Amino acid sequence: MSPPQILVHARRDNVGVVVVEDLAAASEALCVVTEDDSAFRLTLREATPLGHKVALVDLAPGDTVVKYGADIGRVVAPIAKGAHVHVHNLRTKRW
Amino acid sequence: MTAAGQSAERRRVFGYRRENGRVGVRNLVAILPVDDISNAACEAVAAHIQGTVALPHAYGRLQFGADLELHFRTLIGTGANPNVAACVVIGIEPGWTQRIVDGIAATGKPVAGFSIEGHGDIATVAAASRAAKAYVHAASEQLRVECPLTELWIAAKCGESDTTTGLASCPTVGNMYDKLVPHGLYGCFGETSELTGAEQLAAARAATPEVAEKFLRTWTAYQQEVIEAHKTSDLSESQPTRGNIAGGLTTIEEKALGNLEKIGKRTRFIDVLGPAEAPARGPGLYFMDSSSAAAECCTLQAAAGYVLHIFPTGQGNVIGNPIMPVIKVSGNPRTVRLMAEHVDLDVSGILRRELTLDAAGDALIDMICRTANGRLTAAEALGHREFVMTKLYRSA
Repeated sequence: MSPPQILVHARRDNVGVVVVEDLAAASEALCVVTEDDSAFRLTLREATPLGHKVALVDLAPGDTVVKYGADIGRVVAPIAKGAHVHVHNLRTKRW
Repeated sequence: MTAAGQSAERRRVFGYRRENGRVGVRNLVAILPVDDISNAACEAVAAHIQGTVALPHAYGRLQFGADLELHFRTLIGTGANPNVAACVVIGIEPGWTQRIVDGIAATGKPVAGFSIEGHGDIATVAAASRAAKAYVHAASEQLRVECPLTELWIAAKCGESDTTTGLASCPTVGNMYDKLVPHGLYGCFGETSELTGAEQLAAARAATPEVAEKFLRTWTAYQQEVIEAHKTSDLSESQPTRGNIAGGLTTIEEKALGNLEKIGKRTRFIDVLGPAEAPARGPGLYFMDSSSAAAECCTLQAAAGYVLHIFPTGQGNVIGNPIMPVIKVSGNPRTVRLMAEHVDLDVSGILRRELTLDAAGDALIDMICRTANGRLTAAEALGHREFVMTKLYRSA
């Protein structure tokens, strides 16, 4: 298998992590789920840096973002499938 | 199987067997100040006598209660650490100096105390230098002896984390613990505030319901007494840090889940330690109540008796410790390229799916053996000696 551009921890996650440098907008990224080695393709909406997250599905404000199969916070602005997920649209449920 | 063709848990290393039976991987003569105003004398001794290391710090005056107890526990534990062959203690007055000397002497380690009042720095430095010189001669004649790898006490803490630490470097540490803890290794993880968001998952990894309850009590107390009592915002610039956010981590929950990967998939922790408290329930993994700041956490773990430290980093934390080698592990391909001099083990192949977690864990065990046998870590070679005492509240 060629090296993935995005890794996803668990099947039920709704975000994945860019694991290469300089992933450009409109890239057809190869995504691999580390839990079971399943693979799929995702079209990036925008250039996303190494280590940053992208949405695997459309997300609406109030939705829970799931990574490691667990709750990592709530969506605070609409996020389209393939878009960058970070501090501008995801907030902690703690503190 | 490791590169050496042996089951990991059966590997052996060459270390220094101390008076109390523990194994050290370094052979330092420590010059330990009781208080801030004795730093100058300690540094003068260390500049004078080769083969010694001074451990200057900022505190030790007018502390009281639990904060003073932690101060003593940290200094005694540091001097008593098996990486230290012998210790010279210098304080402004004889009372607290002797208390630290007695605490270290209880392990059987050679230790001598000197106080400055009534003598001045120059006479104190002269007397302490003579003692330090004798200790250096004795230490430099000690030979390494062969010991089981699993006799080492190995702590872990991650720093400047990003999403790659949760994918690669932290699970590598977890794989090592899963392989070695069942065979007698003492492990340690901490960072109380940084488990927020994964505290229930962490509690579920306790060996018994009692330990789980003790963990949750400790975590809740930190939330109430430290975070809630002092926060002025949602901590969004402290936890996660700006470095974490630059690396793609967004929330404390996400950071906590990555952090917890360090304890592996199967290993359970058998007790909750106070800061700098030595483990007392035999071999196994321990949780220590500690700050998530790298130097504070490493200093507390070294004071608890841990002789090696594994430090997964994403964005490139450069931490070291003066008495405990800190092995850096990174899976971030950009960091291992741009900050190569700080990285002891590159596990970025995990992200490319070229390196399995099992092989990465074995590579870490190889690096642990090499470091135990004498290889200087990146932090040691670069002179990183961050020694930072944890302070619980203001002095009197």
